Amino acid sequence: MTGMLRPSRRRSADFLRSLFSTWYNALITLALLFVAFKAVPPLANWLVFDAVWSSPSADACRLAAGACWAFIREKARFILFGLYPYGEQWRPLLAVLLLVGLVLVSANKRCWTPWLLAVWPAVIAAVLVVMAGGFAGMAAVPTAQWGGLPLTLLLAVVGSAFAFPLGILLALGRTSGMPLIRSVCVGYIEFVRGVPLITVLFMASVMLPLFMPAGVEIDAVLRALVGMTLFVAAYFAEVIRGGLLAVPKGQFEAVHALGLGYWAGMRLVVLPQVLRISVPPLTNTLIGLIKDSSLVAIIGLVDLLGASKRSLSDPEWLGFYREAYVFVALIYFAICFSVSRYSRRVEADLSARQKH
Amino acid sequence: MSHPAENKPAAGLFESLAALLRDRTVRRWVFQLAVTLSLVSFIGLLVAIAAGNLARQGIATGYGFLTGEARFEISESVIAYSAANSYGRALLVGFLNTLKVSLVAIVLATVIGTAVGIARLSSNRLLAGVAGAYVEGLRNIPLLLQLSFWYGLLTVTLPVPRAALNPVEGVYLSNRGVVLPMLEPHAAFGYAGICLAFGAAIAVLLNRLAARRQERTGRRTVIAPAVLFVLFVPVLAAWYFGGAPAALDMPRLQGFNFVGGVRLSPEFAALLFGLTAYSATFIAETVRGGIEAVSAGQSEAGRSLGLRPGLVMRLIILPQAIRMIIPPITSQYLNMTKNSSLGVAIAYPDLVAVGNVTMNQTGQAIEVVSIFMIVYLTISLAISGFMNWYNHRMALVTR
Repeated sequence: MTGMLRPSRRRSADFLRSLFSTWYNALITLALLFVAFKAVPPLANWLVFDAVWSSPSADACRLAAGACWAFIREKARFILFGLYPYGEQWRPLLAVLLLVGLVLVSANKRCWTPWLLAVWPAVIAAVLVVMAGGFAGMAAVPTAQWGGLPLTLLLAVVGSAFAFPLGILLALGRTSGMPLIRSVCVGYIEFVRGVPLITVLFMASVMLPLFMPAGVEIDAVLRALVGMTLFVAAYFAEVIRGGLLAVPKGQFEAVHALGLGYWAGMRLVVLPQVLRISVPPLTNTLIGLIKDSSLVAIIGLVDLLGASKRSLSDPEWLGFYREAYVFVALIYFAICFSVSRYSRRVEADLSARQKH
Repeated sequence: MSHPAENKPAAGLFESLAALLRDRTVRRWVFQLAVTLSLVSFIGLLVAIAAGNLARQGIATGYGFLTGEARFEISESVIAYSAANSYGRALLVGFLNTLKVSLVAIVLATVIGTAVGIARLSSNRLLAGVAGAYVEGLRNIPLLLQLSFWYGLLTVTLPVPRAALNPVEGVYLSNRGVVLPMLEPHAAFGYAGICLAFGAAIAVLLNRLAARRQERTGRRTVIAPAVLFVLFVPVLAAWYFGGAPAALDMPRLQGFNFVGGVRLSPEFAALLFGLTAYSATFIAETVRGGIEAVSAGQSEAGRSLGLRPGLVMRLIILPQAIRMIIPPITSQYLNMTKNSSLGVAIAYPDLVAVGNVTMNQTGQAIEVVSIFMIVYLTISLAISGFMNWYNHRMALVTR
């Protein structure tokens, strides 16, 4: 009789039937319900019912059995913006909005036009200028005070902006017919992909200053950015190489037949196809980059994770690490989950296009 | 290709050079040489600057420091180590700790990941939903954050050993780590192990013989009972006649800490737990993808041949799915080994953590970072070598 029910009712009926369709499904369902019965009430009590939502000091929290969300209320701005001067925090907020806007615009297929290539440097320059200040009445803020969410986004977005062209060059080099160039590119890509990011960051933070002429100091944020860029370029290169291999040989032959040179052919015929099919794996690499940017906390930067760790060392509010990490985890999750949803949508789009 | 220059002997040196540059092969080599030369000279410049900087700071280059006394303790080690040992041995301790946590995490994550991957395809929608929530939840949160959380839970929130949580008899959770009971060592376990190795060898041999016979006669020999027999009966016999040891070394509270059993340090436990839970989500996705990629027609064909669902899975779906699952899973193992270096953030003494201390004490940044790179590159080459060998073996042989 399910055919007569409305679709939503039928779906829930199907769901319920699947729970007890066979004896082992019934067993699994009962076991899961038992676990939920044991685990959910204490968790809900900690998260919501016993939690302290607002309190001027930690004393009320220490008496309560639940989470201390008052701590997050107290520290949210520090976790989000790090050591940035309190009165100037509209600037990192603006930077976050600019970066998010840039990513949203770039995600829209209708905006995939050449002018996007001009928008990226412009927005990134604007972000850096707003963060650094030092003109038009905005106080200069050294990068040592940059932190929190803007730093995390800056590392991910600016890192990928620099790594992307580098990755294209490496991929072209690896697939080119020139043996010297090819071996240089293969060596670089395989080397970087073989080592953990943290060693690359150590290399950037400890070794980079050794390679600078005496008297030249490079800023810690810049060092981390260089490390992340060099690291992620190798991964981008492999994704783009995969795309290059997927372009039919006839396209390259057509380029030759039209008499186009290597660069013109790549730019006008091959790369547009490559980039289109590489969007889902590139987005996945970007998710990895966002998560990996948290590693800069190990080399002493105050990114989102680093700021949450520092917020824990306030002697007035000791011991609320669970609240801080849950809060930061939700931010990372919101970002990464929406990017991965986007990647899946583009992938579905692409495979639908291929079926026609 | 002929150069115009060859036809015009009267042309000047400049014209013939220009013509040479118009030749495609020549131009490509000139371009390659120019790029390579500029790279080499750039690296040379960096090396020269670094050498000058190091000389000014009075840091000697080279690996001589490895024999120097380390003068720092390492909280856990698989081999004997004290602060009087050399930096070289300290780094070896770190390397072995990296291998230890990676290997255990790889085994656990494979088991959990496979189970979760299959659970996502379950006909029980509740189970599929729970598995999906686990995968989506954990893999979108940075591993470093998860490690910090688990480490906090193990060191800050858990009680002191005196008030340790005791969920199951013999298992204690406290801020000094996790303590588990352990079988007391006995000679009979050694005999049983030898019997197990022999049994496994005989089982492999039986399987080969049966496969050969099936190829020859087309008839499938049922070897499962024989395999179970050679695997388990000698092992149980060895254990029983060896004295049937079953004594458990139970941990007991003595003074401020536990004695007996095996103790996992909070650092090791947090890293193992975090790394396993995080990586299992990626393995689960790989397993699910591999099974889903085997086309539905395959299982329909299997069923129409009259095979039972279990046999369809074992004989038709799994062999095809595994071919697709193994390469990405191998690179996942490689990722896990690399990710174990995040233990440095929670004071687990792996290679990177020990190297970091060494770097701070000696100032030999270049040498230590080069050791990191060499070690991880060797591991990744070994794993990809295995992968190539396996792919070659499993490659689809088409007529």
